[in-house]
Amino acid sequence: MPRFHGQSNHAPVDIVNQLQKQYVDYLTSLFHEGVLDDQFTQLQKLQDESNPDFTVEVATLFFVDSDKLINNMAAALERSPVDFKQVDADVHQLKGSSSSIGAMRVKNLCITFRSFCETQSYEGCLICLQQVKNECAVLKDKLQNLFRMEQQIVGAGGSVPLMD
Amino acid sequence: MARNGVASWRRRSSDQSDDPSPCGSEDVHVLAVDDSLVDRKVIEHLLKISSCKVTAVDSGIRALQFLGLDEEKAAGDFNGLKVDLIITDYCMPGMTGYELLKKIKESSALREIPVVIMSSENVLARIDRCLEEGAEDFIVKPVKLSDVKRLRDFMTRDVGDRVRSDGEGTTHKRKLQESSDVSSSSPSVSSASSSSSSSSSLPTTPSRSPSPSPSVSLSEPSSPSPSTGSSGPCSPSSLESPTRRLKMTSCCD
Repeated sequence: MPRFHGQSNHAPVDIVNQLQKQYVDYLTSLFHEGVLDDQFTQLQKLQDESNPDFTVEVATLFFVDSDKLINNMAAALERSPVDFKQVDADVHQLKGSSSSIGAMRVKNLCITFRSFCETQSYEGCLICLQQVKNECAVLKDKLQNLFRMEQQIVGAGGSVPLMD
Repeated sequence: MARNGVASWRRRSSDQSDDPSPCGSEDVHVLAVDDSLVDRKVIEHLLKISSCKVTAVDSGIRALQFLGLDEEKAAGDFNGLKVDLIITDYCMPGMTGYELLKKIKESSALREIPVVIMSSENVLARIDRCLEEGAEDFIVKPVKLSDVKRLRDFMTRDVGDRVRSDGEGTTHKRKLQESSDVSSSSPSVSSASSSSSSSSSLPTTPSRSPSPSPSVSLSEPSSPSPSTGSSGPCSPSSLESPTRRLKMTSCCD
């Protein structure tokens, strides 16, 4: 079994390969589960030497944005009477940004959410809000895993495989 | 650490999008307008990757200020940076992209600048309205690198044809250009050459969408949208079929 020598930044090739394979498997599963769609790959393709952390940065912005929007929605739904147009506007925003980063499940939940706003269904909106919250939390968790795996690969001297 | 696989061969423009010095290089300068933080970041990066200088603002008002068109400044009081293209989101609070487009086209100083509209909603009447108001192109979000590449080609080649893009699976390709290298699965452009023909019909390229329909505005909504006022949320109904378009009443305007 090859040993990993601490003074070198390059782990043995088979460790890098293993990390890369795990990464590809994980990312593939995210696509299969519908958590991410092709737009995420589009963003990954945009990373380059001058913007090596582009995907992480966009994801971070998304979570800051989505937290804010979700809080707004929750507040609007607590008011009496509920301003469904305002909720709809926030959901529309979230739908847009989730679409832009390839967060497919979040985006699809937003589509459903908007239809409840249109019919002014309070219960429907509450359920959707909870689902959106959950889904954003799941997405955050999974993306953090993904980015950590990227760091491990790079730290081991390898490069992050790009999906097609 | 650089990532493998993205061998970017494009010359990268200066990263300082708000550099006050005059734009003397041949880099194209794009003004991007979008109220969404995430989208602004994405479009900004897409443009930079495509060798454009970018100034990104979050509203139509700020865009007009940047262009020197706001009331507080004289129209000629420029910051010196020539803008070669304006790309704007359609749905924005305050001033919509459509309203921004109109203001730009109404200005003698600015009307020559090509304006491209982006929207998450693939609404034919909206697309038509924008093209008729003078937009050069309409991109359905999410914006991809191939969309930006197409624009880049458009700017440098100075093509007079107006084009249209819908991102919902149709593959209308503009005959003259070939840009589907990055995302072959996503559709690109349909040429609705309203400048050269009386009706901007969809091209003859076979596609999955229904048969082309003229873009003469039969579908101008007669009843006001429930979300009246420019600050209302956008609540269009996304249509695929042109025949259903005639029944559509709700638009963000």
